Formats: sequence, C-alpha cells, structure tokens
Amino acid sequence: MTVRREPPSPSFALGALELVPDVSGALYAPDERAVIVADLHFEKGSALARRGSLLPPYDSRETLSRLGVMLARLKPKTVIALGDTWHDGGGHARMDAVDAEAFAALRLGREWVLITGNHDPEPPRDLGAQVHHELMLKGVILRHQPSASPLGPEIAGHLHPAAKVSGRGRSVRRKCFMTSATRCILPAFGAYAGGLNVLDKAFRPLFAPSDFTAHVMGADRIYAISPALLLPD
Amino acid sequence: MSLPQPFADWFASRGWQPRAHQLELLDKASQGRSALLVAPTGAGKTLAGFLPSLVDLASLSPGALKKRGLHTLYISPLKALAVDIARNLETPVSEMGLPFTIETRTGDTPAHKRARQAERPPHILLTTPEQLALLLAHRNAHDLFSGLKTVILDELHALVTSKRGDLLALDLARLHHLAPQSIAMGLSATVREPEALQRYLVPQISGEDRRADLVTVIGGAKAKIGILKSANRLPLAGHTALASMPEIYKAIAAHHMTLVFVNTRMQAEFVFQELWKLNEASLPIALHHGSLDVGQRRKVEAAMVSGTLKAIVCTATLDLGIDWGDVDLVINVGAPKGASRLMQRIGRSNHRLEEPSEALLVPANRFEAMECQAALGAVEAAAQDTPEARQGALDVLAQHLLGMACADGFVADALYREVCSAAPYADLTREDFDAVLDFAATGGYALRSYEHFAKIKRGKDHVWRIATPRAAQQYRMNIGTIVEATMLKVRLGRMTKAGAPARGGRVLGEVEDYFAEGLVLGDTFIFAGEILRFEGLVGSEVVVSRAQRGVDPKIPAYAGGKFPLSTFLAERVRAMLADPQSWKTLPPEVGEWLIWQRDKSVLPAADELLVETFPSGDRNYLVLYPFEGRLAHQTLGVLLTRRLERAGMKPLGFVCNDYGLCVWAINNLGQALAEGMLSLDSLLAEDMLGDDLEEWLDESSIMKRAFRHCAVISGLIERRHPGQEKTGKQVTVSTDLVYTVLRRHEPHHILLKAARADAALGLLDVKRLGDRLKRIRGHVVIRYLDKVSPLAVAVLLEIGRESVYGQAAEDILADAEQALLAEATR
Repeated sequence: MTVRREPPSPSFALGALELVPDVSGALYAPDERAVIVADLHFEKGSALARRGSLLPPYDSRETLSRLGVMLARLKPKTVIALGDTWHDGGGHARMDAVDAEAFAALRLGREWVLITGNHDPEPPRDLGAQVHHELMLKGVILRHQPSASPLGPEIAGHLHPAAKVSGRGRSVRRKCFMTSATRCILPAFGAYAGGLNVLDKAFRPLFAPSDFTAHVMGADRIYAISPALLLPD
Repeated sequence: MSLPQPFADWFASRGWQPRAHQLELLDKASQGRSALLVAPTGAGKTLAGFLPSLVDLASLSPGALKKRGLHTLYISPLKALAVDIARNLETPVSEMGLPFTIETRTGDTPAHKRARQAERPPHILLTTPEQLALLLAHRNAHDLFSGLKTVILDELHALVTSKRGDLLALDLARLHHLAPQSIAMGLSATVREPEALQRYLVPQISGEDRRADLVTVIGGAKAKIGILKSANRLPLAGHTALASMPEIYKAIAAHHMTLVFVNTRMQAEFVFQELWKLNEASLPIALHHGSLDVGQRRKVEAAMVSGTLKAIVCTATLDLGIDWGDVDLVINVGAPKGASRLMQRIGRSNHRLEEPSEALLVPANRFEAMECQAALGAVEAAAQDTPEARQGALDVLAQHLLGMACADGFVADALYREVCSAAPYADLTREDFDAVLDFAATGGYALRSYEHFAKIKRGKDHVWRIATPRAAQQYRMNIGTIVEATMLKVRLGRMTKAGAPARGGRVLGEVEDYFAEGLVLGDTFIFAGEILRFEGLVGSEVVVSRAQRGVDPKIPAYAGGKFPLSTFLAERVRAMLADPQSWKTLPPEVGEWLIWQRDKSVLPAADELLVETFPSGDRNYLVLYPFEGRLAHQTLGVLLTRRLERAGMKPLGFVCNDYGLCVWAINNLGQALAEGMLSLDSLLAEDMLGDDLEEWLDESSIMKRAFRHCAVISGLIERRHPGQEKTGKQVTVSTDLVYTVLRRHEPHHILLKAARADAALGLLDVKRLGDRLKRIRGHVVIRYLDKVSPLAVAVLLEIGRESVYGQAAEDILADAEQALLAEATR
C-alpha cells in the first residue's frame, strides 16, 4: 500500500514567530498579520538609464503591481520593507506620478515600516511610514544586512538569494528564501532585482553548508529544497 | 574583352587561359555594372572577383596610384578567410610587380594599425562585416569611402541567411550612398534561385525589380559521390553511424587525406572516439570543432596544411572556403540536411575545378539512407537549396542607426530611403523605422520617457547625432550580430584533499553553459576526444578529470541534426517514399522496411500527410509524418498537445525527428478520431498558429532566449566584458527580468516584435509549418492500427532522447522536493 504524502507545509518558526514564505516572495507572519518584503529596488530602471542602459521604465510599476496583488490576498495590518526599498537616494523623486499614486494607495489603511538599507540609508520621511534601522518582532530581529553573529533569531534581505535546481537533464534557477533554525534571508522582491546563488561564498558566514533549506519560488507555490540538490551557477 | 598587359603575360607564363567568367566579370566591371558570380568550388572565383580591380589599379600612373585611396573592399564571413585570400593575392601582384597595397583588417589587427587604416587606407582592404560597420561609423567614413570603386562579397550565399547578412546589407546601402559609382561583386557557391542574391547586391527601389547581372560558371568535373555500403544492417533510429565505422576507417586508410564531416560537436567527439578504437595502424586522425581550445585547433590546421594528417573529424567549422591542405576524400556522416551544404562540403575535396571531388555519404539510420539518396539525386541534377530571402531584423537596424549617428549623423527621411534600398529591408514600413529610431534614441517607451538620457539626439538642423562620447563607445564595444552562448572553459584538474576541485590543469576547450548546467558531480561525458568525469564548477570553469578506463560516458552524446532538413530535400524524400522504383538504389534493409510499412499500414503519396494511431501498453499513440524538419515538428508537437489537452484526451508527451512526430495520450486517440469525436481537420487547422502559438510563446523560454539576443544586438543590454563578470554585484539586469516587465507593461514594444520575429523564424520554423498546414487539407491519410507501424518505430525510438512536453520546470522542482521529503522520512 502506498501512502500519498502531502507536500510539507511551507511554514517554519523563528523564535516565537510563525512564518509562511509566500509564493510572491514576501514572508508572512500570520499571528502578527504582518508581511515582510525585501529589496524592492524601486526606480532601478531609471537609475541604470542614467548610466546609458535605457531599460523599460516599468520596473516600479511592476513591483507595485505584484505588491498590490499580494497585499490584497494576505490582507496584512502591517507591511515591513527590509531595506533597499529604493535603488538610490534620488529614486523616490524620480518615481513618476502614476506609480507614486499607486504606492500611496498601497500604504493607505496599513501600517508601513521602512527598514534602512545600503541603497537607501535615508528613506523619505514624508510617506507616513515609520523608519527604523532595525526592528524587533516577537524576539526576532529584522534588519537589512544579515549579521554574521546575531544575538538571536534574525530576518534579513540584502543578498537576493536564488537557487539552481537540476533534474531531468535540465536546470531551473529561481529566487528563494534561505532559512535555518536561526535565520531567514528573503528573496529580492523588486522586478529588476536579480538573484545570487545560495552556494555563493557570500552566504558562507551565515549558513553551515548543508544546514539550510531553500524555499524556492515556483509558479504557484513554494518548494522546499535540500542543499544537496542545489547547483552552483 | 581580353586581358590587358601585364595580366595576359602573367597568365601565359603560368600556362593559363583566362576563363570565360573571369573575362565576363571584367567586362561587367568596365561597364560599371554589379554582378553575381555563381560558380562551383575550384573555379577560380576569388581571382575572378579581384581581377577587375587589379586591372583597373594597374592602369593608373604611379603618381595617381600614390594619391589613390581605398579602391576595393573585400568582405568575408570569416576573418581567417580574409587573411588567406590576402596571402593568395600577394602572389600575382608581386609576380607582376604591381605596386598595390593590400591589407587585412579583422578583430585581431592591432589598434594602431586600424587607426592608421582609417586615415590612410590601402588600395585593397580585406575585412569582415563587423569591421566594415565600424569603419562606416567612423567620423572619417565619408572621406574613406567616397572614392571606392568595388566591393567584393565572398561566400555571399552563406552570409545572407543570418543577421550578419542584414548588417552587411545596411552597410552596403551606406556604401552605395557614400560612393554612388561603386559596384558590388558577389561570389557565391551554386544556388538554385540566385535572384535573391542578385537583388542583395544593388540598391532596391520600390516597385522595380532591380538585380545585379548574373554570371554563371557551368561545368567543372562532376563529383564522384557514393553512399557508403556497410556490412552491418542500418538501424531504424539513432545518429551515431556506429555500424559504419569499420568502412569509414577503411576509406580513410585508402586515401591520402580525408575530411570526415558531422553535424554536431557531440557527433564529432563520438566518431573520433570510435575511429581511434579501430585505429590499429595508428593513423594520424585528428579532431576539429568550434568548442576546442583555439591553440589546439590551430595545431590541427597546421598539421593539415603540412600534410601530416590522414584524417580530420570536423563540424561546420571547416565548411567554408579555406584551403587547408590536399584533401582527396570527403566523408559526410549522418544526413546532409541540405543539398547546398553537401556541395559545399564536397567542395573541400580536390580544390581544382578540372578534377572530380570524391565523397562518401554515411547514413546513420534508415530515414537518413533515403535522405542521402535524395541528396545524391539533387547533386547529380545540380539542384540546390535556395537560401530564404530574409526580412531584415529590427534589432540589427537599431544597431545600424547608432552607428550612423556616430559617423556624420543622419536625417531620418533620407536614412529611411537608404535603409529601404537594402534588399532585406525593402519592405520596412516607416512606422517600424520610426519605432526603431525612437528605441535607439530613448528606448522608445510609450508611457514614460528617457529624454534626458537619450543616446542619439536630433539637432535643430534635423540631423540625428550621437549624444555622448560614452554612447559612441558603447556602440563600438558592442558591435556585431553574433551573440554567443556563454561558454565555460573545460579544465583538467584534480580534487584537493578538502574535497574541492582544484584548478591548474590544461584547458581542453569550451562547452555551452546549458550543457554544463545539466551535469551532476561524477557524470561522465565525451569531450576533446576523451571520456571525462565532471568534478565540479569552479568560478566559470568546468573542472574535469580523466575517467577510468572502460567507463562509459553517462551523458548521452546527443547527435541529432543541428540543421533542419531543407524543404527541397524533404520533397525529394517524400517523392522517394511514394515511388517503389526508387528503392532499388537504397540498402536492401531500407527497401524491406518500406515494403513492410506498405503491408502493415500505407505509404503516403508525395502530397499526402500520413497519420497513424495505435495503442501500446496503457497509452495511445498518434504519429504524423510531415517531413518538415525537427523545428517545425517541435512547434507542431507543442501546439497539437495543447489542443489534445483541451479536447480532454490527456496527452502525456511527444517526440519528433526531422521526418515525423509522435504524441501519446491516456485516452484512446484512434477511437475518438474514428468516431468523429475528434477531428483532424480542426486539430491541424492553421489557426493553431494564431492564438495558441501566442499563448504558448508567452510562457515558453523560447521568447526569453530570442529577446536576450535582440536586447544585446540592439544595444539595450551590453555584452559582458572580460573581468566584468563574477564580481558578485550585478552590472546589468538579467534580460529575463526585463522581458517579463516589458511584456506586461508594453506588449507592443518594437523589441518584442523583433524577438517574436526571430523566434518564429529561427527557433520555431512557423512559416514552414504554416505552409505545410495550408497544403494538407483534404490530403490527410489516416490509418487506425492495432500496433506500431514500421515507420512509427523509427520515430518512437527518439523517446528518451528529448525532454517531453509538460510543466518541465515545475516538475524538476517537485522532484527535488520529493527527494527532500524522502530524506526526511527515511
């Protein structure tokens, strides 16, 4: 007799915080009714245009649209942006009126917390959002750059983790959450924010080589994948 | 027309008579007429092309010659060919004591020499399409080219079928503009319908049929071509030609020097391995393909020229006209795929017109036996494939506009007319031109503008000029239309004690990144003539070790055709299938196989499409035989599977080869068709190339791949430069991310249009499939069988060689997750 096994529940706990990695790339804390997103990199397109790459200027629009869909589905009370919300200091001023309005609409009726990042050390203060360098949530520290030796459980962004998985003679590379018993690094949410392979040396000080799980973003759901099955780029 | 002094003397001193076509070209040039010379290999094509220029230059006084700038431009698709031709030209010029300057200019030419050439050009410059584009984008372009008399375009048939051909066409239009008196001389191997090439050479005017004159060389000794007879029976499927290796080895031993052509790198590796297993006499047999280390390739080429090799196993890298040595036999392993390609390859043997070339065709399976026979017939009838006239690519146009803005600048109206005078762009609409111009300037986005960061700007005088020196530099560094797959070096190395692969060994060559991506630690595969074990990726290098003796390569050497079967050969194979008389020329096992097919099912007439259904195990199969080539079949397979899914037939997968395709499903396809619940007419209706195709394209990786190429060529994304990669920080945004955003927010953007056109043409063969679908209505023959037919076996054997239809990417993730789960519950 065979027993059909359900896919493992994608949720996990950090300290006292129950967390669900969402297919959108956001991390959901149901008990707090809070979502955490990292590395939105608003206006990255226009920042690159200044350096001669005239990429489609719709990245903020796309990021906002994905945010909107996710927020409508999860209906959180609080949104925490884990830093690098803007690609650069001038980003907010460059955002065009349509997008700025869409962003304002997403802030309406919700509490927003902006964590500072290396790309946006001083996010705009006039958005009705709180601004912090770090934030403590149920004993878990939330910050932009992960710390090599945190004092307790930690949620961070900054590194844009992505996983490459092979099988059937082909391979797939997707953004992912990278988690262990004590930390979680979020994928970059921004439409033009790429991914860094989780096997890159940048992750080495943060995770023991085989002691993490990659929660990989699929088309309709998150897949939890063991490091043994991951490939370098 | 006769040869003037000192040319007549020089010909006489060599005991030569000027050939009719050489004099004819001389005549055309003296009348200022452009011409296309179509000639088989060995006809003295190159000399014929240069003769008018040499004669004209020789007529100048020493003083006039000294003042003369660039007189003749020679363009070759390969830089090695340009260098080779320059060397060959030196002989007559120095023997006649003519004081001309002849120089080459390629990517390898030192920068100071290139700078000097732009200021003080030689009389004759031999170069490549990319270098010509750079020269035309030079501020000095007008002075440099205004005195140009002749442009010689070598191997034109090979150039025009690609985006490089589009780029060259635009450059040719510019040359005609800068030097209206100049003429173009096209040199081409035999083609069936030369009109497209004739048009390519002269400026087009809407509504007129303008063509260069045609000069054809007929004759030359007929090639002696045979099909290799093997003592072993031909298998039904497979591409390795393993059964024929002993005979190939014997033929090599019996000749002075043999070129063994195969269609893919993997095949080359395989054939090389197998020949060495048989090589008891230790004949010097070498390997040559584009992925091998350059140093190693040069060594093989040198050994070939010096005559120390007995045979070389090679791919298309040795297709084109370079004389490497004294080859007296050409062997083509696998199906030739096109008559012209075959002729080109055969031409590598015995490079003299008067002596016959000798060639052997080696089919690897029974379908290929028919294809080889068809190609043989085509060669005997001197019938050739026709290169399809291209619709000029829009990304290439974007690159050209940037170049023209770097030169003197341009006025849009005038440049539009000039661009339309290039044959591939004759039908370009003003709307598309303006969209490309808009794109080149500011990205051309409808909803938001990058006016401030424009690369080219229109002045008050209406002239578009490059906006910043950096934009000009960006253009120059990213010129060209060849976007290569990212290649990874393969290096021999050992594992360190810590278990990490160490570098330091010899570099064996390069593989495409997608090949490396599929490798798992410990996998064995054939490369550079050895069986290697994959040890890991270090940085951007594939580290390997030599596998132990007796280990079989685990990663199969996929050896299917890279080139799809040409329409022309496909017609001949279909005709052969329908005509039992023609089977006598085929190996007996092929004839038996066809008779068996006739008994068990049916052999379709030349204009019919055979469809068979049969059950096997718990699956139901549907097999179609359109004979339209792998690409078109793959597209048909995807679309057909989608339709069957919608009809509730639960299709599971499909496979295809150059001749047919096979779909299998859970539900009974035969019964549904027989009872009219499913209709072939509607399944194969042409409208599948409308919405169904669009829908599939949107979710497939094919568009992303096409978009990446267009983004690079058009200058949206810069190519990577050495030292830039692997810094950890992203310099540019991945084109896949850009594609996703652009498709969503501006689906009608000009670059998406360019990518779509590329995908339809090069990756999906949509036009060919469409043409076929149009023809089949009322010509479908269906057979409901209770078991697999002989023809179907050959198609079905492709199963397992290719990935099947389905949500492949998601499946890979789900598999990996299952593995984690299994681990957790163990």
